[in-house]
Amino acid sequence: MSATPLLELRGIDKSFGPVQVLRDVALTVHPGEVTALVGDNGAGKSTLVKCISGIHPTDAGEFLFNGEPVHIGSPRDAASLGIEVVYQDLALCDNLDIVQNMFLGREKRSGIVLDEPTMEQLAAETLAGLSIRTVTSLRQHVSSLSGGQRQTVAIAKAVLWNSKLVILDEPTAALGVAQTAQVLELVRRLADNGLAVVLISHNMNDVFAVSDRIAALYLGQMVAQVKTTDITHAQVVELITAGRSGGLGLATDPGSNGDGPQPADSTSGGVR
Amino acid sequence: MTTTAVRKDGPAAVTPTPTIGGHFRNYLSRVRGGDVGALPAVLGLIVLCTVFAIMRPSSFLSAGNFANLFTQGAAVTLIAMGLVFVLLLGEIDLSAGFASGVCAAVLANVVTVLGYPWWVAVLAAVATGVVIGTTLGMLVAKIGIPSFVVTLAGFLAFQGVVLLLVKDGTNISVRDDVLVAIANRNLGPTLGWALTALAVVGYATVQLLRHRTRAARGLITDPIAVVALRIGGLAVILGAAVYVLNLERSRNVLISSLKGVPIVVPIIAVLLIIWTFVLQRTSYGRHIYAVGGNREAARRAGIGVDRIRISVFVICSSMAAIGGIVAASRANSVDPNTGGSNVLLYAVGAAVIGGTSLFGGKGRVLDAVLGGAVVAVIENGMGLMGYTAGVKYVVTGVVLLLAASVDALSRRRAAATGTR
Repeated sequence: MSATPLLELRGIDKSFGPVQVLRDVALTVHPGEVTALVGDNGAGKSTLVKCISGIHPTDAGEFLFNGEPVHIGSPRDAASLGIEVVYQDLALCDNLDIVQNMFLGREKRSGIVLDEPTMEQLAAETLAGLSIRTVTSLRQHVSSLSGGQRQTVAIAKAVLWNSKLVILDEPTAALGVAQTAQVLELVRRLADNGLAVVLISHNMNDVFAVSDRIAALYLGQMVAQVKTTDITHAQVVELITAGRSGGLGLATDPGSNGDGPQPADSTSGGVR
Repeated sequence: MTTTAVRKDGPAAVTPTPTIGGHFRNYLSRVRGGDVGALPAVLGLIVLCTVFAIMRPSSFLSAGNFANLFTQGAAVTLIAMGLVFVLLLGEIDLSAGFASGVCAAVLANVVTVLGYPWWVAVLAAVATGVVIGTTLGMLVAKIGIPSFVVTLAGFLAFQGVVLLLVKDGTNISVRDDVLVAIANRNLGPTLGWALTALAVVGYATVQLLRHRTRAARGLITDPIAVVALRIGGLAVILGAAVYVLNLERSRNVLISSLKGVPIVVPIIAVLLIIWTFVLQRTSYGRHIYAVGGNREAARRAGIGVDRIRISVFVICSSMAAIGGIVAASRANSVDPNTGGSNVLLYAVGAAVIGGTSLFGGKGRVLDAVLGGAVVAVIENGMGLMGYTAGVKYVVTGVVLLLAASVDALSRRRAAATGTR
């Protein structure tokens, strides 16, 4: 585990009008690790991701990237830092082929002409670097790919840009068993290649299969961020549904006893 | 033909040696999978020409009639080329016909009534097209009115504008030599051959260069024999066409000689090359396909979706303006019906018959030219056979319906086999 986290959030607040969606959220993401972000519907996972990717501005709080304070005001800022998000609904164009999709919006050009050979080569290298063998031709239209292959293309697209942090929003939600295994393997490989990965998932099996750390959101608060090896399946479910589990998570009754757990930003929780 | 044509064989990492057999097997399997491309238009063209050639061998097959086909179909083809861009986004422009009428009326007013030189009039007409397109595009993209409604309103309003511009039902004649020449004069035979040679050499250079670059980088290439076949095919088709067009067409050579390639042909060819380049080889063109395929994905990829949507309407109306100029040139005048009646429907029909999808995301500018040829052949051949306008409309309508069915069915087939 590296000393400096790649991304560190401190005290993030976010409200939409009168509704406070994120309260004093802290999150650390390390390179070479998969951090699973879990939480029930409405816990604020998506909002947190949108804050990180620059779609929503935050009301308060700090972003540290590689230990340096940064400001992420737009998706472009996030992209220039090397933060890429793979959305749940994939955002691929069916009528374009794999190479065209991977370079969409950031085409390589020589002069005003598209540089197809270079793009095709880079795409092939990226797929090879991720040991992706399921795709037979780079010039296949995306419409002819299976769900797992599409997810693979979407992830490869995110990796193509020397990204440092890849956020995956429920990448396995719509996939079958074999394809889920494929995608999870790919997620693991991303981290093994040194990238920081944030995986949003509802599926506890997936979370325990690939993640190094689990961060649990409960009603807009980060109730725990612990190593996957230090927590059980049942405890994560309790954190998601009740916001606390044994010594982890929110205090039962603030100030009730001395060794009570820390609220909110506990990357600690006594399990470090 | 384009880069998407082959390279479906084998894994990306390995480069199998391309073979001609494999190439054609691939092509066949893609056609069976629903990716029919321009095939229906080409087959339709062959069938129609055969039928008319058998029914009216002397008149349909004459060199004069062959030349007529180009001048008759030019305006509709030009408008259809612009419509392809709008159709690629899954939008429609119903006003393109009368937009061409408005631009033609502007042209006639500037050159005849105000007496400016021809190029000022042409610029004014195209500028009018740009203004019309920008307005339509803004209403669609920024206000969010469906393009069907916006352009239907345009269809009605522009019809009125043409009436106002030509002073209630009279017509304005266009007598400027240059403008009249566009649709009524021919290139000299030598110039025709020179341009043909240029086109073939240019195409060969582009194809061979691409083949070499790709092979040098170890990417999958089309078999060299297929590349040669394409170049040879183009040379043969262009050569034959130019040869026929260079034959003497005048009934009486002593009075006036009539031979050579009609001037509209190189105009259409140049615009075809420019727009094909824009669509296939620039990131702007790529973004048009992306917006047509999945607007949300395009937006997330950082593409200015509104800008793209406005720009296609600008291209469409500008091409309509050029179509209007050609129509005005052919008729030597502009009247309230210029760009009216069946022009728009023929243009939409041409684009769709050529293989452009009404659902967006699929189509080429070449489609408009092929479809325009089909429409022109129907119109011309049925005219020669003495059918009335009523029969022509019915037949054209049926052909359009056939083309739209091919589009819809191939789409379903593609969805089923996943090989779009």
